[in-house]
Amino acid sequence: MLGAVDQGLIIALLALGVFLTFRILNFADLTVDGSFTAGTATTAIFIFNGVPPLTATVAGMIAGALAGLMTGVLHTKFHIDPLLASILVMLAMYTINTRIMSLGHDGLERTNVGLLSQTTIFTGLVENRLRGSWVSVTLIGAGVVIVALVVVWFLNTKFGFAVMTTGDNPGMAAAMGINTTRTKIITLMVSNGLVGLCGAVTAQYVGSSFIEDGRGMILIGLASVILGNAIFGTRYLWLAAIGVVVGAVLYRVAIFWALKWEFIKNSDMKLMSAVLVVIALVVSQSKGANALVTRLSPWRRRSDVPEQMSVVPNPFSPMAEVDAAHAAATASQPSKKGTS
Amino acid sequence: MLTLTGVSKTFYPGTANERVALHDVDLELATGDFVTVIGSNGAGKSTLLNIIGGSLPVDQGTVLIGGKDVTRLPAHRRAARVARVFQDPQAGTAPHLTIEQNLAVALNRGRRLTLGRGLTRARRASFAEHLATLEQGLENRMNHRVGLLSGGQRQALSLLMATFTRPDLLLLDEHTAALDPERAELVLRLTAQMIDEHRLTALMVTHNMEHALRMGNRLIMMHEGQIVSSLTPEEKAQAEVSDLLDWFSQKKGGLSDRTLLT
Repeated sequence: MLGAVDQGLIIALLALGVFLTFRILNFADLTVDGSFTAGTATTAIFIFNGVPPLTATVAGMIAGALAGLMTGVLHTKFHIDPLLASILVMLAMYTINTRIMSLGHDGLERTNVGLLSQTTIFTGLVENRLRGSWVSVTLIGAGVVIVALVVVWFLNTKFGFAVMTTGDNPGMAAAMGINTTRTKIITLMVSNGLVGLCGAVTAQYVGSSFIEDGRGMILIGLASVILGNAIFGTRYLWLAAIGVVVGAVLYRVAIFWALKWEFIKNSDMKLMSAVLVVIALVVSQSKGANALVTRLSPWRRRSDVPEQMSVVPNPFSPMAEVDAAHAAATASQPSKKGTS
Repeated sequence: MLTLTGVSKTFYPGTANERVALHDVDLELATGDFVTVIGSNGAGKSTLLNIIGGSLPVDQGTVLIGGKDVTRLPAHRRAARVARVFQDPQAGTAPHLTIEQNLAVALNRGRRLTLGRGLTRARRASFAEHLATLEQGLENRMNHRVGLLSGGQRQALSLLMATFTRPDLLLLDEHTAALDPERAELVLRLTAQMIDEHRLTALMVTHNMEHALRMGNRLIMMHEGQIVSSLTPEEKAQAEVSDLLDWFSQKKGGLSDRTLLT
């Protein structure tokens, strides 16, 4: 169980990356499947070649960021649709990742790298049999919280505001002097860097890297973001970031319990992830479900739910008369809202 | 402040849908000029603003702002000098960002985007002062998302965001057209107030002849991609809506042979 929490916390790194592209930049970025494996492959082969684990982890993060850079360049410079640009990179990364895995000092071609006998960032935990304990949860949790804080800080800078504007209203962003090419590419790099970092840590946690590692990771990230944001809302950035981390842990723990059921095989996970995301997407469109979660969750307020544009009556406003007239007009037509 | 020389723009050249939006347009605005632009649909008014703002490239001609040739610069590189308010209240603000975040983005218009904090206490205080001038009570709702505001409030906010950094040139593209008459009147009043206060050079496109006469010191009329008439401050002060209407039908008649030929 605590092992599942460990893994959920590690997946939160990826989910934070997905949050940046899908939610903030409004960019459906499927590069994730490729950049995750780029992270696991790079880190694994670096450690295999005797590079210190921390350096190898950073290398995995950079590998992910470079995948994001490719998607960004394809989209902004060559005007390829976000979805298509990221699928192209995802496909290309399969070959590149195989090449990365074949960079071992023995020159062998590989599609998987084992790390069980190597020193990793988790060696200390493994030797003391603390993997999947409160100690590992605390340590990994602390690391993830620091990364989440960095993400929130990033979005609260002047550049971060520009990124949010780019995602929210690209036309206005350009009119405000924001170079949207730059904000998009940098955000894609940060996002996929986080995904690469997640891959780097995952490879060391599970002790191997496999070429198929990344398949379906985008859905897991998306499920975490949808789940977390449904519970915590997106009223404040920090609350949304907490939601993403909690969502990832909840998702992983749910999978852990599902696997306890003998009927369910390991290979069923992909279908379950897909079904879960479909359910989450359908439910998040339902007004009733939204209202229910809003009522149940103490972190969400009614004002979170987008309402019809309303004007707070201000008696000193030069528009006070208009507001009053408008209020009177809507009050006299109570059925209008229901039928529209 | 603004000099257009021989600006031409054709949409879909070489196809059946070819349409000349601007034909050899020259326009000169001195610092402090406030020019209103009228003309029928398809006269090229919006194209003119899009070309000055940089969201459309020119086919021919040059655009100078403050003496600097900006013809080849994209919109985001002109933004330090040019501010815009669009017709659609949704176009000028970011709905999921709060009022103060929107203002912070506007404050950074054309400046280098650093990793410094986007909002500080001092900046919030200054935003509150500016918002108070709108008399909408927005200064008490600064952490509300802009998507929750009404169209009129959004447009007032867009106007504030466009003017409080004192741009060299303000472009208003039918910015009251989507509002009901009362709110349009209010936004228009705020427009006059802000242009006056910050001594801005402005270009305002409108369909409302009465507004076109009341606002600004100069007036130009466009027809089929050309500036067909221009009123000096003295002429404008004397003109009335009926004069404009006469003038309008006259110009239209005068040019109709061209329409017949095409």
